[in-house]
This record gives sequence, structure tokens and C-alpha cells, in this order.
Amino acid sequence: MTGILSGFILSLAVLTALGAMRARNLFASVMLMGIFSLLMAAEFLLLDAPDVALTEAAVGAGISTVLLLSALALTGEEEKPQPRPPWIGLAAVIIVTAIVFYAVKDKPMLGDPNTPVQTHVAAEYFPMTREFVDIPNVVTAVLASFRGYDTLGEVIVVLTAAIGVLFLIGPEAPVGRKSPPTLRQASEGLKHHQPVRIVGKIAIPFILLFALYVQFHGEYSPGGGFQAGALFAAAIILYGLLEGRPAAASIIPTRILRIMAAGGALIYGGVGVVTLVLGGNFLEYTVLNDDPVVAQQFGIIVIEAGVGITVAGVLLAIYHAFAARGET
Amino acid sequence: MTIIDWISGALGVFGGFFVLVGGIGALRMPDVYTRLHASSLTDTLGSLCILGALMLQAGLSLATLKLAAILIFLLFTSPVSSYALGNAALLSGYEPRQLRTLEREKRP
Repeated sequence: MTGILSGFILSLAVLTALGAMRARNLFASVMLMGIFSLLMAAEFLLLDAPDVALTEAAVGAGISTVLLLSALALTGEEEKPQPRPPWIGLAAVIIVTAIVFYAVKDKPMLGDPNTPVQTHVAAEYFPMTREFVDIPNVVTAVLASFRGYDTLGEVIVVLTAAIGVLFLIGPEAPVGRKSPPTLRQASEGLKHHQPVRIVGKIAIPFILLFALYVQFHGEYSPGGGFQAGALFAAAIILYGLLEGRPAAASIIPTRILRIMAAGGALIYGGVGVVTLVLGGNFLEYTVLNDDPVVAQQFGIIVIEAGVGITVAGVLLAIYHAFAARGET
Repeated sequence: MTIIDWISGALGVFGGFFVLVGGIGALRMPDVYTRLHASSLTDTLGSLCILGALMLQAGLSLATLKLAAILIFLLFTSPVSSYALGNAALLSGYEPRQLRTLEREKRP
């Protein structure tokens, strides 16, 4: 049954991807990519990876769609016609596809217990989680404790992306430029659309509550800082879409967003430095408390908070950077 | 098969039927507004029926509560998203098809 459903979802995903490539209208492409992300989230859920599914649904289908739409509002709706057929690109795609199909032959079956993925470190993580961290969600233990160093790198990557975007298009609106009328709505929001506003405002508190749940319940159920940060940012962006970007900026000013983006990463790295000072290794949480298990859990909660703050700050800063360009 | 199973099965079939009709309507109708009309109304009713069927199957449990939350969420958001879609179509200048043909007939 799962196989049939999975095949159905994957075929739909392929069709959606083809549609996104074929569409000349870029808005349609962006929407199809959002649907593609949602389908992939469903597929991840079928593969028993709810943490990844949650991230994919929140970031891929939600926030990146909004970011791409606000980027499109700055450029144009229609794809530019290609001057000549892209033969080199076509050849590259065909060759890479052939290689991928060839490599698929060597791929182990899904769930094969003898693959390196199952036998190498994964087999040790499960007893280690029970012994050292004692939380039900092994993904959180791996992500935040055993592989805490990698996750720190991911947070830095997210922060670097925000710095790059803000350098390229600037945190503030350019002065003295008239904005095209299509953008006027981006800054004014949907003030004249009562049904959307009312229902949106009913939804926002629940999204925020759910974000906090995902943040602080991440040890017990799927979720954690990345997903919670994306959900939190989605709630604020929804408010910005309804009431106009300046209203969203008055909740959390862009200055504070930049502090959040850097501060979250600072909290994460700071925990590592504190463990160093207390005599442990970098990000070795066990030295934070007399009881090593409690210390592990404490460390995980603190660094997950750092992750959430950084992700929310970065996503909102990028949203403001794009949307502010439309204002005169 | 208890009576609850029968009711839930009937609700599920109803829901599936409405969703199918909505899908056919969205493909076959001539312009944005009629397509929206076909898909939005049936979508709301269809998902309502299917969620009702699932709730009957789940019985009195936490799953029913979650399904009820999803149901309320869909009841709020699904019509509003259709409204926003129709409004966006109107704002970007799509005229209803019937209006266009009427205007063409008025002209000599």
C-alpha cells in the first residue's frame, strides 16, 4: 500500500517538475515548485522521516515560495525567450541522467539492513541516545548532540546566506526610485480584503503557538529549531502579506532581525565555548550539569533555541529585504 | 460491519465523489471563475465528508480531536483561499467569459 502511494506521489512530483520547466509564466513555475515541495514532504512522511517532511513543507512549500514570488514582483512575470536552443545544456542533462540511472543499479534496496547506512554509526546512535541523552526523538539527539558540530556549520551557512542576500540587495528600500504598480500591493498588503484579513488573523496565533510547540517539544516529537524558526517566520510573513510589510516591520524591526540572525548562531557557538571553559570538549554538553543526562538535555534545548532564533531572523530579514524594494 | 462503519463508508464515498466532480469541473469549465466555482465548493464539502468518515473510524480518541482541528482549519481557510484566488484573477484583468460573449453580441 505504501509502495503504491509512494509511486503515485513520486509520479506526480515528476509531472509537476516537468510542468514547472515547461511553463513560460514564471508565477506558474513558482507555484508548481511549491506543489513539488509539498509532494516531496508527503513522500518523506511515507519514508518515516517526519522531521525532514516538516522542514520541507515549511521551508520548501511555504517560505521559499513567498521569497520567489517577492523576487518575481521585482523582475518580471514572463520568461525571456532563449536566443538559440540550449544544446550544451541538453547534452549535459542527458549525460548526467544516464550516469544517475547507471548508479541506481548499485543502490541497495530501501530498508536493506546490511547497507553501510544501517550498520556504520546508526546502529550505535540508538543505544547511545537511550544511555546518554534519554529523549524519545533520536533525530534530535543526533542532530543536536552527537552531530552538534555539523549543525553548528548549518546554522553558520544559514547566517552566511542572509549576509549575502543583504549585501546584494540591501536591507533598506532604495531611495528615490518609483516602484511599479504591481508592487504597490506588496507594501500595502490586502487591507481591502476583509475575509482574507480576518481568517489570516485567526490563523496567526495558532501558527505562532505551533511554532513554539515544535521548538520546545522537539525532543519528544518531530521538530526542532529549524522547523520552528521557519514556522515563526511564516506567521510574521503572513501578517506582512495581510497588513503590508511596514506593519510586519513594526512588530520586529529589521535591526532586531539582524541581531536575532547573528545572536542565535552566537548562542550556539557560546554553548560550545562554555563547555570548553568548564573543561569539556567543544559542544560536549555533559559538563554543564552534575547529572550528565540532564546536562545533555539542557544543552540541546539551548542550542535548539539558538537555531530557531537564527532561522527565524534570517528568513524574516530576507523577506524584508525583498519586499522593501517595492516601496517608494 | 457496524452501523458506524456503514455511515463512515458512505461519507467517504460521498467525499470522494465530490472531490472527483470538482476535479472534472476544474478541467472542463471554460474560464477561471467557473473553474474556481466548480473546484472550491466541492473541495470544501468533499474534504468535510472525508474527514467526517475518518473521525467516525477513529472513534473517541486523540486522532479524532486532531482531525476535528484539521476540519475547522479547512473550513476557515479553503473558502478564503478560493476568494483570494478569484479576487486576484479579477484584479489582474480576467473578465468572466459570459460577460465577454455578451459584449461581443451587443456590438454589431
